[in-house]
Amino acid sequence: MMKTPEDVRAQGHEKALKELLLQLADDDFIVAYRGSEWLGLAPHIEEDVAFSSISQDTMGHATMYYQLLEDLGLGVANDLAHARKPEERRNAILLEEVNGPGHYLEEPRYDWAFAVVRHYFYTQAKKIRIDSLQASSYEPLSHVAIKVNTELYYHLMHWKTWFKQLMTIPGEARERMLSAVSRSMEDAGGILALGPHEKKMTEAGLIEGEEFLKKRWLHEVEAMCDDCGVQVTLEPMMKRGNGRALEHTEDLTDAIKTLSAVYRQDPAAIW
Amino acid sequence: MTLVLNSVEEALENVKDPEIDSVSIIDLGMVEHVEVEEGEAYVALLPTFMGCPALEIIEKNVKNELLTIEGVQSVKVKFIYSPPWTSDRITAQGRERLKDFGIAPPPTKMESTGEWHVDCPYCGSTYTTMDNIFGPTACRSILYCKSCKNPFEAMKPVSTM
Repeated sequence: MMKTPEDVRAQGHEKALKELLLQLADDDFIVAYRGSEWLGLAPHIEEDVAFSSISQDTMGHATMYYQLLEDLGLGVANDLAHARKPEERRNAILLEEVNGPGHYLEEPRYDWAFAVVRHYFYTQAKKIRIDSLQASSYEPLSHVAIKVNTELYYHLMHWKTWFKQLMTIPGEARERMLSAVSRSMEDAGGILALGPHEKKMTEAGLIEGEEFLKKRWLHEVEAMCDDCGVQVTLEPMMKRGNGRALEHTEDLTDAIKTLSAVYRQDPAAIW
Repeated sequence: MTLVLNSVEEALENVKDPEIDSVSIIDLGMVEHVEVEEGEAYVALLPTFMGCPALEIIEKNVKNELLTIEGVQSVKVKFIYSPPWTSDRITAQGRERLKDFGIAPPPTKMESTGEWHVDCPYCGSTYTTMDNIFGPTACRSILYCKSCKNPFEAMKPVSTM
């Protein structure tokens, strides 16, 4: 068990831990940002309250991971979140994709089916990762995972409820859900990937391997689809690339530009 | 030194939840550890929900409160995650004070399905329905009392199960 950043360095696992923490932080950060863009646009007021609460909480999880990176000497948490270039980010491509055509201030044509599928896919993957991280060899990370797990319960229940309700209504709802599932599947491999440093991570005992995590995810999603009485092809791919290997789309560049606009005005400001 | 420590612990009773001013951070079970050494007070707090924007305000209020104590020259506040905060840490007094504010305390037991139930904090009726599991803050849900016809909030149950 590694209790401090010094222990990590002494055992030579610094690189693996940094890579893993960046993936965890960047995933939560960008998905929370995309979620927050839905504020005021969700299907009804209760959903606005729920979705913004989940997004705010998810941003809190990203903050904890950035803090762990700060403790490792990678820089200040706030800068890690705002100042890093898109090509330095480790988030999965599925999470950076825009919510739909249009801008949230002008004619947003966001796709609720895609939002439900993306957030369900991601939250289920996050739950499986968090379960594994609770036994991580880096103690501060295992503590964070135990904390996140208590809150994640509500997030997962929320997205499962939406997924099931829309998927079991015949007609437009199910059709749009099915099309969102097959579209999301093209990049879902990214949320399950651990990237080029996977071996170092598993050797250090930081997290279980990608294959184990993927198998559990497939099992959960399959059970959910069975429950809904739909047949889907469960083949998570990385059609547009692997975010863990720093591959990204223009959507991420635009998102970082928007979300860091205030930060860039005065990086030294204390908020 | 013990005297100073006692004053520090008493003073923490004065630090209220910024959004629920009837309830202190002691009532909520957020205070995990307190020590005073050579004029420096150290307080370890457990955050309730991570997305909570009140955390920074609480930190500031703890500092301001403790600096008024004679024998305390500086204050260090740290948020720690272990043990994780769970809703069963709320004290009996805290549960009563939540009700005074119109918020139902978190249920002490949950069904195996994850469903839970609370009584109305206003009239005590058990005839309540869940309106939205997510409320105005991450730690609260919105419910409705069918007896006295009031909407009300409840603290979410949080456990490591």
